[in-house]
Amino acid sequence: MSAGSRRLSFLGVGVAPVLIVSALVGSAAVGLADADGDSRRSGFDFMGPQTQAMQGDDTSNPGMLAVLEGEDIWNRKAGAADKSCADCHGDAARSMHGVAAHYPAFDTGTGGPINLDQRINTCREKNQEAEPFPWESAEILALSAYVGLQSRGMPVQVGDDARLAGAIKAGDEAFHRKQGQLDFSCADCHDANWDRKLGGSVIPQGHATGYPIYRLEWQSMGSLQRRLRNCMAGVRAEPYSYGSPEFVELELYLMSRSRGMAVETPAVRP
Amino acid sequence: MIGVVLALALLPYTVVGDAVPAPLVEAPGDPARGRAVVTSRQRGLCLLCHTGPFPEERFQGDLAPSLAGVGSRLSEGQIRLRLIDSRRLDPGSIMPSYYRTDGLERVGAAWRDKPVLSAEEIEDVVAFLATLRD
Ligand code: HEC
Ligand code: HEC
Ligand code: HEC
Repeated sequence: MSAGSRRLSFLGVGVAPVLIVSALVGSAAVGLADADGDSRRSGFDFMGPQTQAMQGDDTSNPGMLAVLEGEDIWNRKAGAADKSCADCHGDAARSMHGVAAHYPAFDTGTGGPINLDQRINTCREKNQEAEPFPWESAEILALSAYVGLQSRGMPVQVGDDARLAGAIKAGDEAFHRKQGQLDFSCADCHDANWDRKLGGSVIPQGHATGYPIYRLEWQSMGSLQRRLRNCMAGVRAEPYSYGSPEFVELELYLMSRSRGMAVETPAVRP
Repeated sequence: MIGVVLALALLPYTVVGDAVPAPLVEAPGDPARGRAVVTSRQRGLCLLCHTGPFPEERFQGDLAPSLAGVGSRLSEGQIRLRLIDSRRLDPGSIMPSYYRTDGLERVGAAWRDKPVLSAEEIEDVVAFLATLRD
């Protein structure tokens, strides 16, 4: 399938003239440049103009509600230590600037990669002496959206820590391994068939630069792992469980694959 | 999810060239049931990838050739092999094997040891596709 016919099938959707214009504006907005031959494109570029506009305007982006809730939790004292995040980290705009762009990152405690939610919960347990927030809880999504926002527009920095080379390789292998009753690898869709239509959905390249996201289909915020569980269930595979090493390795590989692309948190997706 | 797919051993079949000439089951396939399988997003999944002469189906994929006229292009036996195990013809094909349970990894609990379609459903789909003529 040539690039030309891809474009044609894309036009077949019937929204292309608007989409192409706004995709150009959109990619400028999220700081992506094709000039250097980088063919990587954010999921943002594959969305319709209305969804792009919803993400682009903080007053209409539903993810900003989670950010506000996250700011609240950031400033609230909790746990046996009776400390807020702010008590130790101060102003998040300064202390958390660029932090999310580095995650998943190496954790000396476990000797392996942990994602941002796990890092936040480490502080919850060790520094606040409080119960960790459950996976996909409103609280952890709000805090990671708030911390994530402090890196919005910055390039993803994951992939240069030699201690994580083995974990990235494991994620890479998982990305290319066929699985499920329908026998698909992630690469079969996101490397070999992006920009083509699977039923009513355009297949994006699978860059996870906007998490946690507000997904219209969920009508709620959700983590990258929730998104990946959807993709795995779609090919009738047994999804990894939340927080499993396999999931963090896959996340790590995805972010290293998106290295240099702009963080979009909180993104909106169909 | 309706319909029960029995987790029994798959029925044997014989490949001759690029076709499986003999039906999997004796009872002849039913084209109307086959059409329902092809257009169902839960059963056949075909329109996730294919387009076809189904004007009532709004969301058709563009990952695969149109099914229009496939009954003129291929024999029933050729269609049958493409459904049973298209990857036998082209290991790089993304079209799932609809009647195969071996060599799969991490299959979800609800789908384990079951083919995507039953032998009867395969015959229904073959019978329907044979009616799609130019
Ligand atoms: C059968 C095709 C297919 C397979 C296989 C698949 N995906 Fe997806 N994936 C999609 C589609 C389609 C979407 C977008 C859905 C939408 O627009 O609602 C998507 C979305 C995503 C996204 C979100 C991108 C964004 O912009 O937010 C990521 C990340 C992703 N997939 C990663 C994966 C990984 C990792 C795997 C393997 C475990 C995988 N996918 C397997 C089709 C697939
Ligand atoms: C008692 C003080 C304390 C509290 C309370 C605390 N943290 Fe931390 N946090 C730390 C320390 C110390 C580090 C480690 C800094 C380092 O490794 O350089 C850290 C590291 C982090 C990191 C990783 C930073 C990086 O550069 O990788 C994040 C994210 C974080 N904290 C978020 C939070 C959040 C969210 C809360 C509230 C739920 C919180 N912390 C509460 C002390 C605290
Ligand atoms: C995941 C995508 C996908 C799905 C789902 C799928 N196919 Fe296919 N199919 C393809 C592709 C791609 C081809 C082109 C040949 C190849 O690559 O194997 C194809 C080829 C075919 C052919 C041969 C067409 C020709 O003109 O030579 C037939 C017949 C066919 N598919 C029928 C079906 C039916 C019936 C279903 C549903 C029960 C189905 N396919 C589901 C991707 C798919």
